[in-house]
Amino acid sequence: MIRFEQVAKRYPGGREALSELSMSMEKGEMAFLTGHSGAGKSTLLKLIALIERPTRGQVIINGQNTNGVSRRKIPAYRRQIGIVFQDHKLLYDRTVMDNVGLPLVVQGIGHREVGRRVRAALDQVGLLGKEKLFPVALSTGEQQRVGIARAVVSKPDLLIADEPTGNLDPDLSLEIMSLFQRFNDVGVTLLIASHDLALVERLGKRRIILESGRLKQGSQPGGFHR
Amino acid sequence: MNRRRSVRKDTQPRAPRRKPTGSGLRLPGLIKAYFTRHAQNLFSALGRMVRQPVGSLLTVTVIGIALCLPVALHLLVVNGKAITSSWDSAVDLTAYLKTGQSGDAVQKLAAKLRQRSDISNVDVIPADKALEEFRELSGFGEALDALTSNPIPDVLVIRPTEENLSAASVKLLADELAAWKEIDLVQVDTAWVERFHALLNILRRAVTLAAGLLAVGVVVIVGNTIRLDIQNRKNEIEVCKLIGASDAFIRRPFLYSGFWYGLGGAFIALLVVNGTLLLLQKPIRQVAGLYGSNFELMGLDPAFTLLILAGGSGLGWLGSWLAATRHMRLIEPGKDS
Repeated sequence: MIRFEQVAKRYPGGREALSELSMSMEKGEMAFLTGHSGAGKSTLLKLIALIERPTRGQVIINGQNTNGVSRRKIPAYRRQIGIVFQDHKLLYDRTVMDNVGLPLVVQGIGHREVGRRVRAALDQVGLLGKEKLFPVALSTGEQQRVGIARAVVSKPDLLIADEPTGNLDPDLSLEIMSLFQRFNDVGVTLLIASHDLALVERLGKRRIILESGRLKQGSQPGGFHR
Repeated sequence: MNRRRSVRKDTQPRAPRRKPTGSGLRLPGLIKAYFTRHAQNLFSALGRMVRQPVGSLLTVTVIGIALCLPVALHLLVVNGKAITSSWDSAVDLTAYLKTGQSGDAVQKLAAKLRQRSDISNVDVIPADKALEEFRELSGFGEALDALTSNPIPDVLVIRPTEENLSAASVKLLADELAAWKEIDLVQVDTAWVERFHALLNILRRAVTLAAGLLAVGVVVIVGNTIRLDIQNRKNEIEVCKLIGASDAFIRRPFLYSGFWYGLGGAFIALLVVNGTLLLLQKPIRQVAGLYGSNFELMGLDPAFTLLILAGGSGLGWLGSWLAATRHMRLIEPGKDS
C-alpha cells in the first residue's frame, strides 16, 4: 500500500528532513509513525499526501508512483487518501454536515447521497444527530471525530493521521485510537504519526520510528504482517 | 458502549465498498447534480455578498459608475445621430438673385427650376416681402426708410430631391446654379453639418476607446475584490485542496461572485443612466420646442440594455476567473508550515 524507496527530502534552505528512507506497509496494515519532533514524521506524511514532493527516491502509494502524478492530477490522487490533522482543519462557518460531506461534494456526488453517507460516517464516529451543529459547539474531542468522519466519508483505502491526539487528554486519545482501530478492522490501511509513546505501546501495533530523517534501528522496515 | 455497537452495525454494509464511488449515480442523475451544484454556487455566492452589504455595495457601485460612462457616451452619439438625421433632409440651397429683375422673371425662373428632376421644391422670397419682414424684425425701420431702393435681392430657397441630398450632389447643383446669369450667389449651409458629423465620429471613437478602457477597469476592480476574497478564505481553499477538490471546484464560487458583481454593476449603470434620461427629458423637450423641433431624447433600447447586462456580468466573470486562477495557485497546503 505504501512503499518508500530511498526517499530523501531536502527543504529549501538545506535542511534534510528525510534521508535515504526505505519502508513499506501492506494493505490493511496499521502502523504508528513515531520519533522526536523534527525527526521527519510530518514530512513523511506530506510526501504521501503530495503536499510535498521527494527530492530523491520514489514514493509508491497503492501501486502508483507519486512522482508521476502531475499537478492537475493531485485532486484525483488525494481523493483516495483520508487525512486527519492535529488541528482538525474544519471549516468553522459550516455545519458538521457540510464539513463531513465536503469530500463527497468535491467529487460531485448528489445531495441526497451525500446526506446518507455523512450520516453513516457520523454514526461510525458516534456523532449521529449533530449534523446541524457548527464545529464551535463541539468539544475538541468531538471536533477531532468530525475530522475523522470527514476523512473516512469517501471510504478511502488509506488513512493517514498527523498527531490526531496531540491536543487531547489520555482518555480521549484512547477513544480516538480505538476508533482508528475499528476502521483498521474493516480493512482500511492506517498510518498514524504520534509522539505519545505510552499510548502507542499500549495499542501494540507496528511502529515505524524515525530519527533525524532515517529509520531507527529496531523498528520494522516493512514486510511485517499482523 | 452504545457507540461501539453502532459502529459494528455499520461494518456490515461496508462489505461492498470496493465498488467505485459514485456508481449509484446514473447519467441523468449526474447532469442534475451538476446543475444543482451550479445553482447552489450561484446562490451561495449571492448570499455571501448579502452578508457583507457595505463592501459588496461599494464594489458594485464602483463597477456601476465605470460602466455608466460608456453607456452615457453611447446615448450621446445615438441622440446626436438622431438630431442630424432630421437635419440631413433639410439641406436647402439658398440662391440670391441679381437685383433689378421683374417679379415675372423671378417666377419664371422658379418654375423652370421646379421642372428639374433633381429639385423637389422651390420657394420664392420676393425682395419686397423680405424687406418688409426685415423692417419689422430688425428694428432698423427708420434707417431703411432712408434708402432709395431695396437693397435686398429676391431669394429662391431650393430643396433638392431625397436622392440628391448627398454633400457631393448638393455641391454639384450649387455650382451649376451659381453659373446661371440670373443668379448672383448660391449658399449651401452643409459645411457645419459635415463638421458636426466629423465631431460625432470622433465621439464614437471616444466611446469605443472609453468602453475598452473601462472594461479593463471593471476586470481589474472585480479581480482585486476576488483576490481579497480569496485571501480571506485561504483556510477553506487549503482544506478543499487537501480533500481533493479540483481547481475548477475551488474557482467556481468565486466565478459566481464575479458574475454577481458585474451584473450588479450593470444594473446600477442602467439605473443611473435611465434616471439621468428621465431628468433630462423635460428640459430637452423644452429646448427642442424653442427650436420648433419635436425631438425626443432617445433612451436605451432593450437590445442595448441586454448587452450592458451581459457585458457587465461577463466582465465580472472574466475578472474573477483571472484573479482566482492566479491566486488559487499561490495557496497550497503546507506552503506556510
